[in-house]
Amino acid sequence: MASSTRASATSAEAAPPPHPLVEAWHYFRQNRGAVIGLVVIIAIALVALGADLIAPHSPIAQDRGALLLPPVWDDGGTWRYPLGTDDIGRDMLSRLIHGARLSMLIGVIAVTLSLATGLTLGLVAGYVGGMVDLVIMRLMDVMLALPALLLAIVVAAILGPGLFNVMIAVAIVVLPHYARLTRASVLAELPRDYVTASRVAGAGHLRLMVLVILPNCMAPLIVQATLGFSTAILDAAALGFLGLGAQPPTPEWGTMLSSSLQFLQRAPWVVTFPGLAILITVLAFNLLGDGLRDALDPRLKR
Amino acid sequence: MLRYLITRVGLVVPSFFGLTLLTFAMIRLIPGDPVEVLAGERGMSPERHAEMMARLGLDQPVLTQYATYLGNLLSGDFGISIVTRTSVLEEFLTLFPATIELSVAAITIAVAIGLPAGILAAVRRRSVLDHGVMAVSLTGYSMPIFWWGLILILVFSVELGLTPVSGRISAFFWVEPVTGFLLIDSLLSDEAGAFGSALHHLVLPSIVLSTLPLAVIARMTRSAMLEVLGEDYIRTARAKGLGAGRVIGLHALRNALIPVVTVIGLQMGVLLAGAILTETIFAWPGIGKWLVESIHRRDYPALQGGILLVASTVIMINLMVDLLYGLLNPRIRHQR
Repeated sequence: MASSTRASATSAEAAPPPHPLVEAWHYFRQNRGAVIGLVVIIAIALVALGADLIAPHSPIAQDRGALLLPPVWDDGGTWRYPLGTDDIGRDMLSRLIHGARLSMLIGVIAVTLSLATGLTLGLVAGYVGGMVDLVIMRLMDVMLALPALLLAIVVAAILGPGLFNVMIAVAIVVLPHYARLTRASVLAELPRDYVTASRVAGAGHLRLMVLVILPNCMAPLIVQATLGFSTAILDAAALGFLGLGAQPPTPEWGTMLSSSLQFLQRAPWVVTFPGLAILITVLAFNLLGDGLRDALDPRLKR
Repeated sequence: MLRYLITRVGLVVPSFFGLTLLTFAMIRLIPGDPVEVLAGERGMSPERHAEMMARLGLDQPVLTQYATYLGNLLSGDFGISIVTRTSVLEEFLTLFPATIELSVAAITIAVAIGLPAGILAAVRRRSVLDHGVMAVSLTGYSMPIFWWGLILILVFSVELGLTPVSGRISAFFWVEPVTGFLLIDSLLSDEAGAFGSALHHLVLPSIVLSTLPLAVIARMTRSAMLEVLGEDYIRTARAKGLGAGRVIGLHALRNALIPVVTVIGLQMGVLLAGAILTETIFAWPGIGKWLVESIHRRDYPALQGGILLVASTVIMINLMVDLLYGLLNPRIRHQR
């Protein structure tokens, strides 16, 4: 009994530590919500990729004989339009499927843009320090002082409405978060021995910044980027709802919602479904982000 | 404390400076020069255009223009709305009480529900209750507010007929604006039932606006409580034989509240922006709705002044929260 415990204890000590990714996956898998979030996101991504194949109709094809048709489970609904039609006879399901593509695209581009810019600014501010740091971080502070949606509205008003401008507006809004996170991580890594060792070994500034320090700052940035997807999708939909985002007939979920507002009472499904789609997607990304934070943040590991 | 106060207040100055730069640049970044924007669709002869440029000081060097802009701001001139021809500051001050009323109602709901929910979830950690609170708050956190408002209107106003669809008060009442806060003004007026009507109109919008802060406060309270409950002094208090209510209510809550108070304060700033969507849905005549309308009417001076005023308010609220935090938590004010 005693010898077997000791034997298992020594074998556990002898085993090499698992790869960090394997370890992270181990913690991640235990979080049921995070796994559900990941599955939902993969499903939405597949739908977005295969939109042309999956959608039963074109997202902009109008059927004059089927205006404001209810979903199939309501009286008068048909299997031809499972989730009903909107006010000019477009298939809701097909529009939602194509909307998934737009929302994922908004998420990917907005997160990439803000991550790339914020990361560069934060890296430079943290590594160079001094006046450069001061100027960059004060600018970020001003941007953070403006409420996110208000800043997005200002940018959208300057650039004019449209899908691509929305992505830029949303990216600018979340940029300071990445800059601050990166800078904080860089400042924490700079005094470490491995950095000094690389510097003594003759590594140049660029090599130190990008190859030596940056990889060790990635964990909080990955979490923030995942949560950034939900912010981007939510803010883009809000801008679409206010008429400052993607313009009709683009099947963006927020835009769909705002253009069918007057049918709220007569045909609640034209408002309900796009909103549900936004909620489910954003919720999935938040679940995933929370799970990643628990899995990647060593402070929370037990 | 004095040193903390001076450094913290000093940090606000560059923020204001940057903000004015942003609003100053904004009106120049919008395609077309400001005079063309003013003229709108009508167009304008080149002579008149030049004359207007000179009158607005736009023929001056940019630095001079910025100095003039700053000077105007310092003397309280935030520009004139193109559409209503009234001072932007005046319009802002007329509409601001409506937004404050809505925000205060929303934060009250959020604290009244979020705080107990967070405490319960932490005390009953890993129970069904804890999972339920966390699931609901994550859903609230992910909620598209504009859709949520519409669904609530559909259920409570259209189907059940319990609440009004839009506005601040029924059109049957005329309440003299004294403070601008309808709940107060309707009590001051002689109109019977006006207060009830105003309160009735406030219910649904404030619930919608409270959704996001409620979720944030519940999550924050839970994690702050969990952290404190793991401390040694809590174990000591329990070991002394103190009842659970006393340990949680007195020893744990007091310390857990410090970060929560900050979050509540910061949510006030978020609310002012969140009000943009809520006010648009409920036709609530506040700052948010005004800003959105200004964009659609291409009333750029109103937008410029409005954004500056809203952002300044948020900066001031955040400053006050920080100072309060320093007052509550000695560890903060003794840093550096």
